Amino acid sequence: MLYQGRLKTVLITTLLAAASLSSFAVSQQETDQEKNARRKGLDISVEVKNRDSGWGDSKADMLMILRNEQGQESVREIKIKSLEQLGDGDKSLTVFNKPKDVKGSAFLSYSHAEKADDQWLYLPSLKRVKRISSRNKSGPFMGSEFSFEDFSSFEVEKYSYKYLGNEKIAAKDFFKVEQFPVDENSGYTRRVVWIDQQEYLVHKIDYYDRKNSLLKTLTYVDYQQYSGKFWRARSMQMINHQNGKSTELIWNNYTFNNGLSEGDFNRNALKRTR
Amino acid sequence: MIDKFFGFAARHPVWVILAFLAFTILAASGAQKLVFKSDYRIFFDESNPQLTAYESMQKIYSKSDNVTFIVVPKEGDVFTREHLAGLKKLTKASWQIPYSTRVNSLTNFQYTYAEEDDLIVEDLVMDAQNLSASDISRIKQAAVNEPQLVNKIVSASGHVSVVDVSVKLPGLDPAAEVPQVAGYVRKLKDDFIAQNPGSQVYLSGMVMLNNAFAESSLEDGSTLVPAMFLIVVITIGFLLRTISGTFATVLVVVMSIAGAMGLAGWMGFFLSGASASAPTIILTLAVADCIHILASMFYEMRHGADKASAIQKSLKINLQPVFLTSITTAIGFLSMNFSEIPPYRDLGNIVAMGAMLAFIFSITIFPALLSVLPIRVKVQAEGKKNNMARLADLVITKRRLLLPVISVCVIVLAVFIPKNEINDDFVKYFDSSVPFRSATDYMQENLSGLTLLELSVKSGRAGGINDPQFLKTVDQFSDWLRGQKETDHVNTLTDVLKRLNKNMHGDDPAWYKLPETQEMAAQYLLLYEMSLPYGLDLNTQLNVDKSSTKLIATFKNLTSSQQIELGERLEAWFKSNAPQYELDTASPSFMFAHIGQKSIVSSLVGTVAALIVISIILGFALKSWRYGLISLLPNLLPAAVAFGIWALINGQIGMSLSMVIGMTLGIVVDDTVHFLSKYLHARRNNNSDAADAVHYAFAHVGGALWITTLVLVAGFTVLAQSSFKLNGDMGMLTAITILAALIIDFLFLPPLLIALDNMKNRKAAHSSDAVELPAPSQPTL
Repeated sequence: MLYQGRLKTVLITTLLAAASLSSFAVSQQETDQEKNARRKGLDISVEVKNRDSGWGDSKADMLMILRNEQGQESVREIKIKSLEQLGDGDKSLTVFNKPKDVKGSAFLSYSHAEKADDQWLYLPSLKRVKRISSRNKSGPFMGSEFSFEDFSSFEVEKYSYKYLGNEKIAAKDFFKVEQFPVDENSGYTRRVVWIDQQEYLVHKIDYYDRKNSLLKTLTYVDYQQYSGKFWRARSMQMINHQNGKSTELIWNNYTFNNGLSEGDFNRNALKRTR
Repeated sequence: MIDKFFGFAARHPVWVILAFLAFTILAASGAQKLVFKSDYRIFFDESNPQLTAYESMQKIYSKSDNVTFIVVPKEGDVFTREHLAGLKKLTKASWQIPYSTRVNSLTNFQYTYAEEDDLIVEDLVMDAQNLSASDISRIKQAAVNEPQLVNKIVSASGHVSVVDVSVKLPGLDPAAEVPQVAGYVRKLKDDFIAQNPGSQVYLSGMVMLNNAFAESSLEDGSTLVPAMFLIVVITIGFLLRTISGTFATVLVVVMSIAGAMGLAGWMGFFLSGASASAPTIILTLAVADCIHILASMFYEMRHGADKASAIQKSLKINLQPVFLTSITTAIGFLSMNFSEIPPYRDLGNIVAMGAMLAFIFSITIFPALLSVLPIRVKVQAEGKKNNMARLADLVITKRRLLLPVISVCVIVLAVFIPKNEINDDFVKYFDSSVPFRSATDYMQENLSGLTLLELSVKSGRAGGINDPQFLKTVDQFSDWLRGQKETDHVNTLTDVLKRLNKNMHGDDPAWYKLPETQEMAAQYLLLYEMSLPYGLDLNTQLNVDKSSTKLIATFKNLTSSQQIELGERLEAWFKSNAPQYELDTASPSFMFAHIGQKSIVSSLVGTVAALIVISIILGFALKSWRYGLISLLPNLLPAAVAFGIWALINGQIGMSLSMVIGMTLGIVVDDTVHFLSKYLHARRNNNSDAADAVHYAFAHVGGALWITTLVLVAGFTVLAQSSFKLNGDMGMLTAITILAALIIDFLFLPPLLIALDNMKNRKAAHSSDAVELPAPSQPTL
């Protein structure tokens, strides 16, 4: 699995390098400096992906805490299962436990890098699975400040890159990389990502909206290592600078390589979640 | 002491001029610290209940400032391939408007429908260029039957539609943010018209309203206000026929204004719509002070005195009344500190400083300048009667006619005062030459008004909005709202739920009703919430824990009192139909309505109280309760007459008009003080009888009062020409009040004084008819 992951990223790197060469031919103005920034940004991002490949599948419990400017809070309780996919976005199954009136609702998503995700929702009150056809990638997940695209797995081919430089925060060295979404339905013009130079973990992301104003900042807090390999943050804090709202995710009970299969991520699996 | 000082000033005028110029420059340099704040928040104390309620609602949901493109297609049909494509492009471009958070239009409306077991959520208009005729008719059917769209985004007949952009201004620099948005929006409008020839675009919405306010004030500030100052200067020059005197007056006016504004800057004040009128008020005070001194000086010179002694004499006889006017005016304005609206306190304090500065300057640097500058006056031939003397004769001989006639006029006009309505209509602040006004009128006629109310209904518990009982109440409330005569549109969550219920049942119209259980409603909402794109989510309609929902109701353009009445009607519905839930009402226009009412009442009551206080002080200063009491009449009647006339010609009193009494307070008091003090001087010091004293007063202050009035009426009449009613109406009513004050002081006060003195005399000595003799026409000096 790990080997396959590497192979995939090598392939992508080659493709992207070729693409960048051809675009170089078109835009003569690109300087060597710009080319280097693009290549280094890509290299760092590929390394991020490589170091987090091979986890196969995962299970976790998530608490989602929504806060508004007034300080009012609301807590949602969710279980998430994910299945690592090679050559495409991951599959995930989300089961809602709280609020009580949506308990048992389940959401199945096959995320894709460049086209709309496939999504199904099971509503226990209707006892039916509904496929949702929507371009909601940029829309909020469960009314939170996280959008679907913020949740979905990081894939190298989702962005083009620009290395911005190094930054030292609290005696730790970070790469600063700018990422430009490829999908035109993305809600962002760009994201600026801080990646620590030791473990290649994302520590902070600034999101810029479609008119290129700073919209949100996501901070990863308290990284823990699981199975001796995979780092996951215990808490993710998203602050929306424009509306003053924020959402915190608190993750518990991470397990990896539970032996889940494709059969656990299809329409029938949705109804079996209880 | 004072004589010593005047002596010094007369001997060393240059030093006095330099010293006061230096002081003024130092003080005025504080003006650069003044910032103009157009934020409505400054109108409230931090603890104001309406402000806290409104701000908390803004924090719970999203703020609702908006810009509206009203797009009129060339063929009068929105539903053509070409026009829909244009709308789609405009919608996409609108996301680039600075500070925009959401764009709602016909094309990006999230249309939901069922296809077997799929729920399709997509833009109502997808690939506009390749729409078939049947696609277009499907889109039209969906649009004109969708309660969320019809009369808000698209007209029922489909001849006009709207692109509505929500804007959340950061509020860090409102003076820059609003024009920035307006500039961008205008560029989008021009682009659209260029690409879609034959179509028309109008711009409205709260941001454009704020922008129109700023632009109109700015325009008046750069054209009419300078023109007004210019007219004041020219009229002074023309009436006094002196260039040096006019120059000295203008200098004192400028120094008083610059000094007061500068001190305000040093003291950390900021400017607002209210305190920005301080310079105009200070202008009236400084002009009056200077003209009194000039007029007396000219009087002396005409009667043969040399310049130096004429100046000394003028200062001596004017010091007391000018001081009295200034101090009472200052106290009057300081009384505005009792106002609960902070900008009015600032206005009061700035003008009080300005009044005292104008006083100091007019008895120091002003005479110093006059003594340095060349001034020549023709000596008047002995025995020649001037106009004021003739007027005095007329008033005295016709007093038995004037007193009742003017009294009746005043009473009749005062009777009309209650016919005035305390009211503000922000749209009508602009006449139809202003694009914002014509855009908003067009929108009102074809779609909806500009008045929005945000209605937050609270269930009181988390997830409570999904309770079937709660939903039923909200639905009934929405229906009731739609039945109100002023309602154009209601945006409510219950419409979304009904549509989703229908979608979940294979689009069967029979299922267009509310879900029956809490779980079902919650899960529909989850489904819907999970399928919306960026910026079109439910965050504007639901709070975080889903304990409350917000309806947005759009009404015809309503005045502030209509809005307040509507707000009360909504409360009443809730009290009798759903006492278990709480309703919060707020919106920018609703807020303004409340502040407006409050500030109008507080400023009217405040200034009337100030005038009464001033009369009491005058009673002390003139050492006569009797004359203090009499001074109430010329102090209060001008405003009564002016507002009576206003009831007949307009009848709407908005925020700007409530300032008029304050605006004219100084000048009205000035008229009274000068006339009364000269009259009393003649009675007490010269032993004149009442008629003689009237003559004396006319001769000594009649000219100055006449000139001051003419100068200011001319100035404010210029301001009355503004297309911005805030300035225009204020200018007009101020001119009326100042004119009324002069008429009362000239034609009503003298007959009254004579009549009262006669009554007193009759009581005292039973000897009468002393004043029946024709009065000597020359003042005794």
